[in-house]
Amino acid sequence: MRQSVREELGSVIVRFVGEIDLEHSPEARRTLLDSIGRAPGGVVVDLEAVSYIDSSGIASLVEAFQAARKRGTRFGLAVVHPQVLRVLELSRLDKVFPIHATVEEGLGA
Amino acid sequence: MADRGADRSLEHSFPATPEELQGSRDCLRENLQAWGEDDRIVQDVVLAVDEACQNVIRHAYAGDPDGRIQLRVERRDGEIEVWLRDWAESSDPRCLERGRDLDDVRPGGLGTHFIRELMDVAEFVEPPDGRGNLLRMLKRT
Repeated sequence: MRQSVREELGSVIVRFVGEIDLEHSPEARRTLLDSIGRAPGGVVVDLEAVSYIDSSGIASLVEAFQAARKRGTRFGLAVVHPQVLRVLELSRLDKVFPIHATVEEGLGA
Repeated sequence: MADRGADRSLEHSFPATPEELQGSRDCLRENLQAWGEDDRIVQDVVLAVDEACQNVIRHAYAGDPDGRIQLRVERRDGEIEVWLRDWAESSDPRCLERGRDLDDVRPGGLGTHFIRELMDVAEFVEPPDGRGNLLRMLKRT
């Protein structure tokens, strides 16, 4: 898994590339939690290039989502790969996370 | 782990560490695709096996990097049967029965739920020599 973090007008966009699994979810979790602390405009997680996620990756997203909510920071997912969306649906989290068609839509939400 | 008339089979043995999971997923995915399975079946079996391997790494071996996992997959007409073997302390078979309330949004506890949702059968059976754990999973295709 690779990751990049960029800032746009007070929002942070975290882009992951590859597979978020047991090996990589601790790193993803740290990056997301760090981003929430410095994103007054909110955090958008770009999942366009994530082709696989497991329960540990989902747990990282849930923990970040809850940390953001506690701080009153917006947190959403964008461009979710169909395979990742299926895992969110299996977890019934597709109705919990704000899911945007594009990163730009997530920034404007 | 008898081969009951399988027309295709795969056996893969690897160290029980998080770093090995990507390689084991790639191996399983490539073989299922080569056998002509639908994308949805491939995705479901790969995720269920990955979650079962995670349970072995995190709970059965409790992070011991010297543990090993042996995966055997057999394909027959209309079904894929998976056998996952480890040599850790015996697991409580009831752990497969414990789901969690999905309305309780919190991190963790989803792996067993995925296995039960994605596979038609998931059960612990007696290992041939009585050592470790043997998980049998079945996916009807």
